[in-house]
Amino acid sequence: MLDIQKIRADFPILSQKVNGKPLVYFDNGATSQKPQVVIDAISKYYQEINANIHRGVHTLSQLATDAYEVSRGKIQKHLNAKHAHEVIFTSGTTHGINAIANGFADFLKPGDEVLVSALEHHSNIVPWQMLCERTGATLKVIPMNENGELIMSVYDKLLSAKTKIVTVNHISNALGTINPIQYMIDKAHEVGAAILIDGAQATPHLKPDVQALDCDFYVFSGHKICGPTGIGILYGKEEWLRKLPPYQGGGEMIATVTFEKTTYADLPHKFEAGTPNIADGIVLGTAIDYLNEIGFDNIAKYEHELLEYATEKLSEIEGLKIFGTAEQKTSVISFNIDGIHPYDIGTIIDKLGIAVRTGHHCAQPIMDFYQIPGTIRASFAFYNTKEEIDVMVEAIKKAQMMLS
Amino acid sequence: MSIKEIQDEIVDEFSMFDDWMQRYEYIIDLGKGLPLIEEQYKTEENIITGCQSKVWVHAEQLGDKVIFTADSDAILTKGIIAILIRAFSNQKASDILEANTDFIDEIGLKEHLSPTRANGLVSMIKKLKMYALAFNAKN
Repeated sequence: MLDIQKIRADFPILSQKVNGKPLVYFDNGATSQKPQVVIDAISKYYQEINANIHRGVHTLSQLATDAYEVSRGKIQKHLNAKHAHEVIFTSGTTHGINAIANGFADFLKPGDEVLVSALEHHSNIVPWQMLCERTGATLKVIPMNENGELIMSVYDKLLSAKTKIVTVNHISNALGTINPIQYMIDKAHEVGAAILIDGAQATPHLKPDVQALDCDFYVFSGHKICGPTGIGILYGKEEWLRKLPPYQGGGEMIATVTFEKTTYADLPHKFEAGTPNIADGIVLGTAIDYLNEIGFDNIAKYEHELLEYATEKLSEIEGLKIFGTAEQKTSVISFNIDGIHPYDIGTIIDKLGIAVRTGHHCAQPIMDFYQIPGTIRASFAFYNTKEEIDVMVEAIKKAQMMLS
Repeated sequence: MSIKEIQDEIVDEFSMFDDWMQRYEYIIDLGKGLPLIEEQYKTEENIITGCQSKVWVHAEQLGDKVIFTADSDAILTKGIIAILIRAFSNQKASDILEANTDFIDEIGLKEHLSPTRANGLVSMIKKLKMYALAFNAKN
């Protein structure tokens, strides 16, 4: 059992008032709030050990380097990666996806195929479209059904020797669907394709085991798991990371440089050109420690309770329709109310202190599938409560009255 | 009435409300009362970007006046565009260009609306002025 009041006290922002009302923060799918230990760790870094890393011989540089590498080790352990050098610091999920899509340009030729899913965030669509434009490869889409689940029988048929890489999110940001990634990874490997898992929406709710999954790449963002913005992780299997060309050139990623030829540094530095985001890289480790202390099993169990409670309460509202009713889903509810634009609801409940996301959630193909302009999305975290869900439901009813 | 007089009138109306809910309810009413734009003008090029909801604005010249019609798929947005149209439609292009928009602040719209919504408001005003500029250049 989680002590929610104790957990809430760790997050200073949650006791804030917004528009004169107690904040109800249900936009966790966009970004999570930060516990005090994370906030403190950022300022501690700048107050005590700020220095550039991996180069200096002086003490501070050594301390900062150690802290950065310790954090990498924590993340390796968290993901159960085989090696620490398979864990690359990035600026976020988008950066990770672009690094891989860019690298695959060397391996693709016209006639090859890249598979994406209908449930993807734009950042897991556009880099692959750009890759296909550059290489002449073809982008194919794994379709979804009305419940917001990917159709595996079609996936099976789309896979062939032409498939070079499959890219799919672990959990859909717009609908909360948990995709059958284990099945998808195994199937991709059967035809010799690589597979990238976008874990941006999964990592706040569960602890992926990249060795058990056997995925080739797994990417996520720090800011969605109680860490700072501007930091993320690209996990890649060693053999792939060795094969792929570097994404950016610069300092740190080189072994030797002459005007005739540069040789690249070993992993992970090959993919970490320039001075990295040292502070946030270190603090991402702090955030992961914080979450592991609470425990992902506890988090998942409690969030599932919130999801069931909210689904039941929201369903009582007349004219409310939930989009994304997959059997396997996380604490995300996307919905609309008959005859009312999601934006109108979002604006009015904001006045009542409630933060939800409205719009297409950077997943326009999903909105097109349902033929809607967007949805209202409430996404819950382990620090939310059933009482907050009640407040939201009342606010929605009030907005509905005003707007209809 | 001049643009300034209409704006003062709007400010006057909004000053009667005590809280945001009443303001919003009034905006919703104004939205519902906005005369509909003709379907043929709901084109891609008449869409204003920068709003989360869709907003279409059409302009035509009648004598020396510019007439605006508009629509939106969100009712609050529609209410806001109704306020703008009330202030700027059926006025001379040169007057529209010179008009200031401080009344938006005075009726508490800018501070009461979300940042993205406020941007939409700014885009709407820009679009109205662009039309006025085009007509003014033609005259």
